[in-house]
Amino acid sequence: MKVEGKRRLWQDYQKEVAEDKFFYVRSCIRQTFFPGSERAFIKIIGTELGKEINEDPAHTSCTGIGYHTDIVPFETTQTVVARQFSLMTEAGLENYVPSCITSFGLYTEILETWEHFPLIEEQIRENLYKATQRTFNKPKNLAHASDVIFKFRHEIAAKAKHKLIDVHTGRPLRVVEHIGCHYSKMFPHKGIGGAEYPYVLAGMVEAWGGEVIDYPERRHCCGFGFRQYLVQANRGYSIACSQKKFESMQPYEPDMIITNCPGCPMFLDRWQYVIGEMEKVAYGPNGQMIPVFTYEEVAGLVLGYDPWELGLQMHQVNCEPVLDKMGVQYDPELKYKGSKGEFLGVPAIPEFLKCC
Amino acid sequence: MLKRHVAIIGGGISGLEAARVLSKSGHEITIFDAGEKLGGHVAQWDLLFPNMRKSSEILTALLNQLPKSIHILSKTTIKNIERFNGYYVIHSDRVENVLADAVLFAGGFDTFDAQRKEEYGYGIYDNVITSIELENKIKDHRFITAQGTKPKRVAMIHCVGSRDEKVCNNYCSRVCCVTAVKQAIEIKKTSPETEVFCFYMDLRMFGRHFEELYREAQEKYGIQFIRGRLSEASEAQDKTIIVKAEDTLLGKPLKMNVDLMVLMVGMELSKALVPLVEKMQLEVGDDRFIMPLDEQLYPNQTKKEGVFVAGTCTGPKNIPETLNDARSAAVSIMSYFDQLSNKN
Amino acid sequence: MSKFGFTILKDQQLDYDNLSRDLALHIQKTEPSISSCMSCGSCAGSCSASRFTQFSFRKLVINIQRGNDKQIVNEIQKCMLCGKCMLVCPRGVNTRNVIYQLRKVLNEKKHHEV
Repeated sequence: MKVEGKRRLWQDYQKEVAEDKFFYVRSCIRQTFFPGSERAFIKIIGTELGKEINEDPAHTSCTGIGYHTDIVPFETTQTVVARQFSLMTEAGLENYVPSCITSFGLYTEILETWEHFPLIEEQIRENLYKATQRTFNKPKNLAHASDVIFKFRHEIAAKAKHKLIDVHTGRPLRVVEHIGCHYSKMFPHKGIGGAEYPYVLAGMVEAWGGEVIDYPERRHCCGFGFRQYLVQANRGYSIACSQKKFESMQPYEPDMIITNCPGCPMFLDRWQYVIGEMEKVAYGPNGQMIPVFTYEEVAGLVLGYDPWELGLQMHQVNCEPVLDKMGVQYDPELKYKGSKGEFLGVPAIPEFLKCC
Repeated sequence: MLKRHVAIIGGGISGLEAARVLSKSGHEITIFDAGEKLGGHVAQWDLLFPNMRKSSEILTALLNQLPKSIHILSKTTIKNIERFNGYYVIHSDRVENVLADAVLFAGGFDTFDAQRKEEYGYGIYDNVITSIELENKIKDHRFITAQGTKPKRVAMIHCVGSRDEKVCNNYCSRVCCVTAVKQAIEIKKTSPETEVFCFYMDLRMFGRHFEELYREAQEKYGIQFIRGRLSEASEAQDKTIIVKAEDTLLGKPLKMNVDLMVLMVGMELSKALVPLVEKMQLEVGDDRFIMPLDEQLYPNQTKKEGVFVAGTCTGPKNIPETLNDARSAAVSIMSYFDQLSNKN
Repeated sequence: MSKFGFTILKDQQLDYDNLSRDLALHIQKTEPSISSCMSCGSCAGSCSASRFTQFSFRKLVINIQRGNDKQIVNEIQKCMLCGKCMLVCPRGVNTRNVIYQLRKVLNEKKHHEV
């Protein structure tokens, strides 16, 4: 593998990301899947890096899930998105940062649609005005939240308390980076590094001391695919996709997986347990699983945030092996306690997999 | 007959053959070539389809037939061509300008830059090479992988940079299919135990004895043909290449590990020619090759008076077609000169 | 598994590395004309069995070449050995003998297993 070849390609997929004054919009599902991640993002960008980051509680779903399951028509979706833009406009901001990959893909798709079909944009403006009396400006800069962390990856590295390095051996942690399909497969030029060899997460891993694994099925979808997992009977299709990836990455002995999508970490995390229970296989060492993280969680760990404050106890796969390798201090007693010290309950022990 | 001067852009086989015919009829010729040696792509090649003839034989014959009187300006880049008093003035990076009665574009093609098919991993994976590199490997008796081992299995990938909207090349480069078959046979001759697979969409065996070569590849050499375009390639831990395609005749996705993946790169108009084509406002087709005045009737003339085209700068051609096209261009130029003389 | 309410779908991909070349090599030896096949499909187009079943001699050849053996055993029983395909084959493949050799080797194998 010639990394210079990839670096040459990455040059073709540079992307402008705003410097400051972000309008941040949360994901529908990430707050329940990985509840500490968005909070960590705001803390990193706002407190840690001193940037202006704004939110609006009137912000709603972008309808991406409904759109991708054929429940919400595109026209409705565009009008809802136009309303989100009007919230940004009202706040006097122009740098739009969605937390969700599907939202990012959908916003990109809508802005492209309007670019090529101005009449549709006019129609949507009219729809929005009739429904809400609102008007809006289009964002000057649209970047996914992982683009923003990528932009400031070296600043984060400069403040690092921990690196993606095994403190016991000095070996860089081997990291699988998994990119959400809607990040750049639809519009390769809107993603850092393009669609074939995306650099957005790889750049973070490199900057924080880790080693990126390039495994054969790296482009494969995690299987989230909206309507596949929504119907229980279809989940066998969904899980088979994740299984393909695990089987492909396992020989490389990854220490961890880092993701930038709401669905991917959810499935790569939860499906390992399901596959383990169904087929009695574990993809990590010694009957264990491969820990899965969001990029905010990894950035938070690098910056020395408390793992339980980052919500890592909500992962199906225990994160402790990675914490131990990175030399992160944590109190095992506090893992299943809430912010006020209340007991949150402990998950059941799997039949086959070893987790503790 | 008035002795006229023709400036030929490109010293590949079409330029050489046109020069031979024109100078035989008493015209003065200057050949401009960017390279050090004449012969263009043919000089870089080893064996020719369909008869496995040495390409150097062709080139030697063409060069031997070339009269001494021809001016050859190698390692020369043309900067501009201007119309002046019924002549063309050729400005190059040489001190003196050249004055010509007619200009023949014989600037040929470039092979497709395989890095543009990102998903094939050329320039990233060690064991992905182009057909040009394979030709040299076999010629130099270095038919080995990047790790220095003998390839046990090889995949030949057809249509790389051809018939592909994603790289803006909708056209067929024509010669790659038969080149793949020729090279597959060479692999089997060099290393009989190596398995060879051709991944194709259609096998376009258009020329005489091409189909027979294909049949020989199947029957005598056991080369396998899988109908399906390569969708993506990955590198495995042992540096082998994982090929993913659909076996379209079975209707099933297929995956196989190969030790070497060979990309049959197609043809594009020579990049060196593009600025000149633009400056002279020559018409190009949607394939970006130069458009002749009339594809059927006047394939060697252009809309510009006194500017002619020959060879692969008007689209992919094999060697016999290129040579015929060069002869045809020479005839067009001569009849243009006759017209000029009659006018005066 | 009832615990989850679904099962993991099996991969449909042909993994060439995990398929056997044995049958292909055997047929290649006993009826070398199989290598001349160019998948034109005139055999299947003229085939009596193809009209009423899923049988296709064209597909059969590819399944042999790829080593997709599981498909083959059932398929060859459908051929009525009428020989029409031999008449139409533009590459002179001895189609009947391919079927005959397949039956021979697969039946022997079956017999052996019993």
